Amino acid sequence: MNTAQVLGGTEQTVIALAGNPNSGKTSIFNNITGGHQHVGNWPGVTVEKKEGKLNYKGKIYNVIDLPGTYSLGAYSEDEVIARDFVLKEKPDVIISVVDASNIERNLYLTTQLLETGANVVVALNMMDEARTREIDINVQKLAEMLGVVVIPTVAVKKEGINELIAQAVQAAGAEKKDPLKINYGKEVEVELGKLEAIIEKHDKLTAVFPKRWLAVKLLEEDENIYDEVKGYSGTAGLIKQQSKSIERLLDVTGEDTESLVADRRYGFISGAAKQAVTRRASTEKRVSISDKIDKILTNRVLGIPVFLLAMWGVFQFTFTFGAPMIGWIEAFFGWFGRIAGSGLAALNAPDLFVSFIIDGLIGGIGSVLVFIPNIFLLFLAISFLEDSGYMARAAYIMDRFMNSLGLHGKSFIPLVIGFGCNVPAIMAARTLENKRDRMITILITPLMSCGARLPVYVLFVGAFFSAHQGLVIFSLYLLGIILAIIMGKVFKKFLFPGETSPFVMELPPYRIPTLKGTFIHMWERGSAFIKKAGTIIFAVVIIIWFMSVLPPGVEYASRESLVGMLGSLAAPVLAPCGFGTWEAGAALVFGILAKEVVVGTLGVIYGAGEGGLVAAIQQYWTPLSAYAFMVMTLIYVPCAAVIGTIKKETGSWGWTAFTVSYTLILGWTMAFIIFQGGRLLGLG
Amino acid sequence: MMPLLFLPAGRTGTIKDIAGGKGVRQKLTRMGFVRGAVVDVVQNDNRGPLMVSIGEGKVAIGQGVAQKILVEEPVD
Repeated sequence: MNTAQVLGGTEQTVIALAGNPNSGKTSIFNNITGGHQHVGNWPGVTVEKKEGKLNYKGKIYNVIDLPGTYSLGAYSEDEVIARDFVLKEKPDVIISVVDASNIERNLYLTTQLLETGANVVVALNMMDEARTREIDINVQKLAEMLGVVVIPTVAVKKEGINELIAQAVQAAGAEKKDPLKINYGKEVEVELGKLEAIIEKHDKLTAVFPKRWLAVKLLEEDENIYDEVKGYSGTAGLIKQQSKSIERLLDVTGEDTESLVADRRYGFISGAAKQAVTRRASTEKRVSISDKIDKILTNRVLGIPVFLLAMWGVFQFTFTFGAPMIGWIEAFFGWFGRIAGSGLAALNAPDLFVSFIIDGLIGGIGSVLVFIPNIFLLFLAISFLEDSGYMARAAYIMDRFMNSLGLHGKSFIPLVIGFGCNVPAIMAARTLENKRDRMITILITPLMSCGARLPVYVLFVGAFFSAHQGLVIFSLYLLGIILAIIMGKVFKKFLFPGETSPFVMELPPYRIPTLKGTFIHMWERGSAFIKKAGTIIFAVVIIIWFMSVLPPGVEYASRESLVGMLGSLAAPVLAPCGFGTWEAGAALVFGILAKEVVVGTLGVIYGAGEGGLVAAIQQYWTPLSAYAFMVMTLIYVPCAAVIGTIKKETGSWGWTAFTVSYTLILGWTMAFIIFQGGRLLGLG
Repeated sequence: MMPLLFLPAGRTGTIKDIAGGKGVRQKLTRMGFVRGAVVDVVQNDNRGPLMVSIGEGKVAIGQGVAQKILVEEPVD
């Protein structure tokens, strides 16, 4: 990249990608940007915004991935974001990604994009799937019908991508065309004409909205647009005409205008499809493979066992492949600590400084980073299940079950993501349109045992339950799920009574995920953890080290240090749970900053890296107190990042404080029951 | 005309009307459930959501929603 290009970046050409969920939009985006992307948030909301750069013939283009939506309405936050970007940011070109194997429904969004008058290039993706299903598409004809360039692509095999880029770049520089004009029928057209005549006189409105598009939206009673129009001065006449037109259409046709408009729009699409698409195979033959798989995977008897087996497989995969990698990282930090130790000794460094480097930095960070393989492998497995299409089936299978608990089937996906990290999980609860469903899901997600709690289990299980590692860890995950179910039911009954919102969810066809796609997906999530490990945990480890050596002259991490004092305060409260030591107290206090810090804190306090830590724990804990402690770590108070996310997503400090308090009480109670119950059974 | 809910697996219906409020209708429209669309019932266990195929896509719909979609079976 030379300087001129960088400087030229101020007036960058913007290419936006729009498409249905599961249309392969992400693959196209990854191919165009070469996987180099920046993930941020859309201003003011927590919906993910992906941006990337395309370097084409010496020019840099800014590529924006719009949220995956089925339409350009105002139904969900995703749709509003996509629509606002198209209308207000006016990208130079929009690539409309269309799933060729499900063309009619996908064209609904394309048609709406064309109605705004934006420069559109259609990527007719998944052409290979259309071919296997014996769907012939006359690309030329389709392009004619829509009045735009249509490029057939197979994004996962990189077919057609170069052509798509070339056409998109060309379209970006082209003059804007007239918006697509769908004939909405005589009655509707008359009313559209009246509205357009009024809109035309408002310069401020026409500066933002294409006039016909705005007229259609007003007839559709789009609330979002209605509010926006109302915000402009001098639009009272337009609003008045809107209600008059809607009333008149209801009188004349006996239909609400929204249905009239939708029917005509689909009519236009099926007209275009009739001309351009031929289906050679009969319906029964076309849907066969996906249906056959579904017969087994979503079978009313087999569905749930298959799902449990899949989850068991995920954890086996994670731990089997994670274990040797953990060994390598342990070995590396052990070696690094020794080298650094002898190096610093040779330099005659002061004892305090040596302790800071070895105990604080290398010991603390090493004992946390050692678990990165497990977290990445878990995200890898979850991404694989999502990209293969199975995760949506899991939600389908579980809807029946979730419904009996008063939850929505879609709540299930955030809860599963919660096994990786609660932060993206709580954000994923946005797919739930109903506020009650969303709130319950957010409140119970912290009970899903995330990847950061895993280091704590691995440490204690390694020390006490080495013969049954998988089983003991699985029991903790299961406990979290059972508690989530119970709490969900309680919250539904007492805090959010009412109907669950209608369940309508697409089940994408089964696909073999691509290696690249799955890895990018894993990386997006895993790197968020690394960032956390790199910032929060780093800061926490340093704070703990300082608290371990203060007040001055105190023995490192002893009971007299600040850490010891804090832990001693908590100890009496924790004693009935079996871990009433100041060490455990301090670890739990710091664990609020990030759960994995529990391990780091114990590592610092016992003054040991991974290997020595296990020995120290075996000396001071019993299997029963260790199990109770793991249960406490699972449930008590979500980590700082999760608390922050709950505040952001619920917009309420009250609900945030509620989550913190109920988890704390629940965690203590469960640990108490397990420890005291275990003692009664003679396990202590 | 009958609710889609009562159509057993393997049967097909043409949508005649959607008897729901704005929310349900909006949700269904964008997934392709409009008057005249043909729906194949893939699974209907009489408990839990139905699995239907519409166009080339497959969609899971809850029982409550399936009750609001009114269909007519083709007469051969």
